[in-house]
Parts: sequence; structure tokens; C-alpha cells
Amino acid sequence: MYEKRFDGRAFDELRPMKAKVGIVKNAVGSAMFQIGKTIALAAVYGPRELHPRHLQDISSGTLRCFYNMMAFSGSGERVKPGPSRRSREIGLVTEKAILPVLDLTEFPRTTVDVFIELLQTDAGTRCAGICAASMALADAGFKMKDLVAAVSCGLVGGKIVVDLNYEEEAQEDAVDIPIAIIPRTGEITLLQADGIVTREQLKEAISLAKRKCLEIYEIQKRALKERYEKEVK
Amino acid sequence: MITRDYIISLINSNKRFDGRNLLDYRDIKIEYNVSEKNAEGSARVKIGETEVVAGVKFEVGEPFPDTPDEGTIVVNVELTPLASSEFEIGPPGIDAIEIARVIDRGIRESRAIDFKSLCIKEGEKIWLIFIDIYPINDGGNLLDASYLAAIAALKNARFPALVEDKVDYKTRKENLKLNFLPIECTVYKIHNKYVIDPTHEEEKMINARLTVAIREDGKICAIQKGGKGPISDKDFDEMLKIAYEKAKELRSLLK
Repeated sequence: MYEKRFDGRAFDELRPMKAKVGIVKNAVGSAMFQIGKTIALAAVYGPRELHPRHLQDISSGTLRCFYNMMAFSGSGERVKPGPSRRSREIGLVTEKAILPVLDLTEFPRTTVDVFIELLQTDAGTRCAGICAASMALADAGFKMKDLVAAVSCGLVGGKIVVDLNYEEEAQEDAVDIPIAIIPRTGEITLLQADGIVTREQLKEAISLAKRKCLEIYEIQKRALKERYEKEVK
Repeated sequence: MITRDYIISLINSNKRFDGRNLLDYRDIKIEYNVSEKNAEGSARVKIGETEVVAGVKFEVGEPFPDTPDEGTIVVNVELTPLASSEFEIGPPGIDAIEIARVIDRGIRESRAIDFKSLCIKEGEKIWLIFIDIYPINDGGNLLDASYLAAIAALKNARFPALVEDKVDYKTRKENLKLNFLPIECTVYKIHNKYVIDPTHEEEKMINARLTVAIREDGKICAIQKGGKGPISDKDFDEMLKIAYEKAKELRSLLK
């Protein structure tokens, strides 16, 4: 049984977080979200014309998210640059995690592109990427119902924990359950799992994630407010 | 909106729209260990609004057949679309390849890294040092910013441990030894004037550029002439002189 977490945290304790918006001047919106040693950067470009044309949606803009780990950001050997099956799938689930809060109907036929780069990783990268991406879209001023907050919950040594780090995730029996929610409604927009869990454990993990996402939400909102206050000054 | 004519008329009267002199760099900030958990060396360089990060990874590889007792470096630049609306998804284009190759030559040919010291077992195992460079925001002069980030990341890089020929990335050992501190400086020619550190807007007006890698002993270790226009003997002399001066300034920031 996992009695004490490797880094000394309580089982329901998030790693320290930092968030900032407006980190890429060239982009229409951008954000950095750090949780523990995982650092995600996100930049938004668009709305701009979507090519090839047959992909254009006449009723709305299209959200495209691209996830990438910098070559030196992973533990162990260098990550080969360029898209992988893993990074493409994460891009896809990131889009799906954010779409429910984002309204692009004002921009038919266009694309809004979010580029997510991981500068350093210590697990929880897709969730950090989603947090950064939703902040970057808000920074860009797109019509949104809410932000999206995300965190990974899981099982380590039979214990339900929040915000697994790499060391925990690497445990043989570890189960990783990344979850994104719309904080104001509690609705789930990302849910994945790999590993053996009982129905009860899964329910408990989801309710823990929902609770902890509210803490993340506060950090996200504060970063956006700080930017806004600065601009008013 | 800053027009092309306005920028050129300013430069012709030795001025720039951000108030700098023609041979001034914008503010330069170098920060080390920006990705220290997994990268053996890393740095972030900001030159004005331009920002670049670089990271170093060590791997064990096989030597080339013609240099069985030498390790090597691999320099890679990814112009990620995060940094500019002008960059596109996909494998490195020719701009990224040129920057990477110019940086590679500046470091490799300076002999800053003794490739023989990267040999683990002759003919079988050597250290490969990967230097990966990512612009975060392209505000002009990516060449110099990328080079500075690369050399700064190398400067604080530490070997991972080697246990029975396997890399133990959790344990860091001695610093990578740099026998020289080569610096690359790019001098740009815009409408018969020499300019240092152009912004993105100024970069579009360039006739020619000259990148020179210089060691602290004054020896030149790599050169790249870029841009569409030619340079005369006089241009070359002047640009080289400027590069020497400015390289000194850049080197002092790395100490």
C-alpha cells in the first residue's frame, strides 16, 4: 500500500502551480501553465483561412490543437522531433476538451490554431496543455462559456491520488486518469484512463479531480485578471 | 503601421523606429536551467521581443566509420508555429535548416568541444550531444538569439552517468568541457547601412547578412553570408569589424 507520496504531498494535494498569459507577443493569445515541474506553453493564431477548403465548416470556425513535447523535455532519451501517434491523439482530445466552451460561430470557414509546447515534463502534460490552451483562447478574446481546467487523477499502490508526477506514473500498478472539467457546470470534457480500476475507484477519482480542478480554475482566472489589470494601468 | 519606406528612411539617417543606434542590440537576457529536470543543459535567451529556448540531451550512439574515436553534436532548430504566424507545422524548412547548420558549424569548427573526449569505446560507443532549439517568439534576429541559447545551454550542460554502458539519466556527472567560447554575431546590410539585431520588420528589408563565429583568441571558426544581395570587399571589412566588436559584447553576457 502506498502510504506516503514520493514527494511528500497529501494524496489529494496538487503540486505548486504558476500561470501567466500573454507570453508570446506574436500570437493573438498565449499562456504558460506550470504544475510541479511540468511546464506547458500555448499560443493561439487565427481565425485564419482553413486549408484545404473541403475541411472548412460553413457554420463555424474550426478549432485545431497541436501538442508537442520539446525534444529535451522528456525523461530519458531525447524525444524525436515531429508529430507522433501519441502527440496527434493528445491534440485531438485537447480539441474535444475545449470545444464545449468555445463559440467560433462568428468565424465560419476559418481555423483557430492552438500550438502547445511542453518545455519540461513531469507527467500530467496533456492536462497542463489543456489548462494553458483554454487560458490562451480566453486571452485572445474568443467567446467562451468558461475556461477548462484539467488534472490527472489515478491510482498509485492502490491509493487514489491527484496530479501524479512521473515517478508515480512509472509505478507498475499505476493508473492514470486525466480529466478536464468545465468548472462552472462540473461537466466533463476529457476523460481517459489506462489501467485496472474498479467502478467505485473511478467514481472517486472523478469526484476528486472535479474538486481539485476548482483550485486550478482559480489560478487560471487570477492569471487572466493580472493581465487585464496590467493593461488598464 | 510601420511602412517599408519609413524604416528605410530612418536607417538612412542612422536611426531606428525603436530608438536604437544601428549597431545596438536590444536588451539581452540569458537564463539558465529553464528545463533542468530532464535536459542535461538548457537556457532561455531574450533579445528584445525575440525569445528562444535551447536544451541539450546526451545519448550513447555509434561513431561514424571514418571517426571511430570521436563523438559528435547534432544541432536542430524547430521553427514551431507557436512562435510566429509565418511558421508552419511540418518537418524543418530551409530557414530552420540554415540556422541549425550555421550554429552547428560555429560550435563544431571552433573545437570548443573535444570530440575525442566524447569517445566511450573506440569504434563502438560515443556520446552524441543533441542541441535542440525552439523559438518561443520571433521578433527578429533569430540567428543570434538561437546561437546564444545553444551555447548557453551547452555551457551549463552536465554529462549523465554511464552505468555498464547504459545511460543513467537520473544522475548527473561533470560539466561538459568547453575549450573555447565561440560567439556568433550577425551583421546585416540594409540599404547600404550596416545594422545589428534587426527587428522582424527591419529583417524584411535586408539586402545581405554576414554571420561570423569568433573565438576569444580572435580566430574565426565559421562564416555564413546570407541574403539576396552581394557584399563588396569594403562591406566585408566593415561587417567583419563590427562582428568582432559585437561578439565581445555578447561573450561578456555569458560569463
